Amino acid sequence: MKKRYDIIVIGGGPAGSTAARYAALAGKSVLMLEKDRDIGIPVRCAEAVGEIGFKRFFEPKPEWISCRIDGANLIAPNGESVRLQHDVGGYVLNRKVFDFDLAQMAAAEGVEILTRAYAHVLLYDEHGHVCGVKFTHLGREYDVSAGIVIAADGVESRMGRLAGMKTNLRLRDIETCVQMTVANIDIDSRFCDFYFSSKLAPGGYLWMFPKREGLANIGLGISGEYNAERPAIDYLNDFIKSKYPRAAILTTVAGGVPCAPYMENLVKDSFMIVGDAAHQANPLTGGGIVLGVWAGQICGQVAAKALDDNDTSKARLQEYEKSWYKAGGKTHVRSYRLKEAVYKLTDDELNKTASKINKLSSEKRTLVSIFKTALMNNPKLIPDIIKVFLS
Amino acid sequence: MIKVREELCDFCGTCVSVCPHDALELFESRLVVDEKKCTLCMMCEKVCPVNAIWEDPK
Repeated sequence: MKKRYDIIVIGGGPAGSTAARYAALAGKSVLMLEKDRDIGIPVRCAEAVGEIGFKRFFEPKPEWISCRIDGANLIAPNGESVRLQHDVGGYVLNRKVFDFDLAQMAAAEGVEILTRAYAHVLLYDEHGHVCGVKFTHLGREYDVSAGIVIAADGVESRMGRLAGMKTNLRLRDIETCVQMTVANIDIDSRFCDFYFSSKLAPGGYLWMFPKREGLANIGLGISGEYNAERPAIDYLNDFIKSKYPRAAILTTVAGGVPCAPYMENLVKDSFMIVGDAAHQANPLTGGGIVLGVWAGQICGQVAAKALDDNDTSKARLQEYEKSWYKAGGKTHVRSYRLKEAVYKLTDDELNKTASKINKLSSEKRTLVSIFKTALMNNPKLIPDIIKVFLS
Repeated sequence: MIKVREELCDFCGTCVSVCPHDALELFESRLVVDEKKCTLCMMCEKVCPVNAIWEDPK
């Protein structure tokens, strides 16, 4: 380990690894710090990605993929199921292997990686600009300086707060999640199931994402506001007991997913924030893997260019804010509006939507038609629906 | 003061993400409460997915 790097990345998830890799590709010296013992573990993630988005960044390797998905069943509160089979193909990943590979790809470009390295203090120079981090590693404390610090420290987003950004989430903007990976269940492994119901997952949804025949990630996210009344774990225990009474639970993980308004300020002097830490998850679905990789790429590239220009000021780094707004930000703004409207739907309205959609031929059953039907009382949201699902 | 039921806590950090006073920190897989910053607003208790946080009136 050196005393100084061009860039220090805090967090070794998809956003951090990708930012680190692209900065190293552009010739920068990069140190990536991961607080846990392992890259990629524990897997606090439902692991599903859409095929189209994922293939924009990767040629999927077989070892990354637990299960190829052909479609989705959207299940209304009364149990009526709507099957979607058009433009909804995807994968349930094996995140342990995928995250490991992303870190390996970063290492191949020269990124130095340290696990069990917990960054807890930002260092500032005499002008009040970030100039490095203090971290603990195996019981020792280290001060390492850097031209730019990139915070990819996940939903906790403490680094952002230490830098003076307001990254804490309102209860209504976080989905409180619990997931169990369960065996000994009878499922159709070609389809993901999504349950929408105020009884099963208020202000969110419950998912069953197949890992292979007989094994699946079953979890739910509920709005933080509802979790205050009854914790997410109780909802999930109830569901698994009633729906899959013979299930064997192989792992349980908890976690929070930012489903928040678009975060506009992503940089300070010599400091950038990316991934879940920057609330760069889709507020409608909670999906954040592809968005984290996308934003990580832009973040790493802009950081490298700024260092080349010898200008790491906030104004220079704002190129990342502008590029990200064009890339993922506009859709984020629209998706948040849709989230706010969808989460107000009653069980009765959801049941009626399912019944109407099932009268359509299977080719016409699309996300656009479902959202148009569900939000028919909100015609001003139609442009959002079209842009979000057809772009 | 804020207490953590260690046997339930999954160290997921959801509580840290909502704390309005930056009083919580996951330090090497242990939730640490900074009692100087904590105002007992109990946002952490409300958001905990596994019901691991509680307020000890003592």
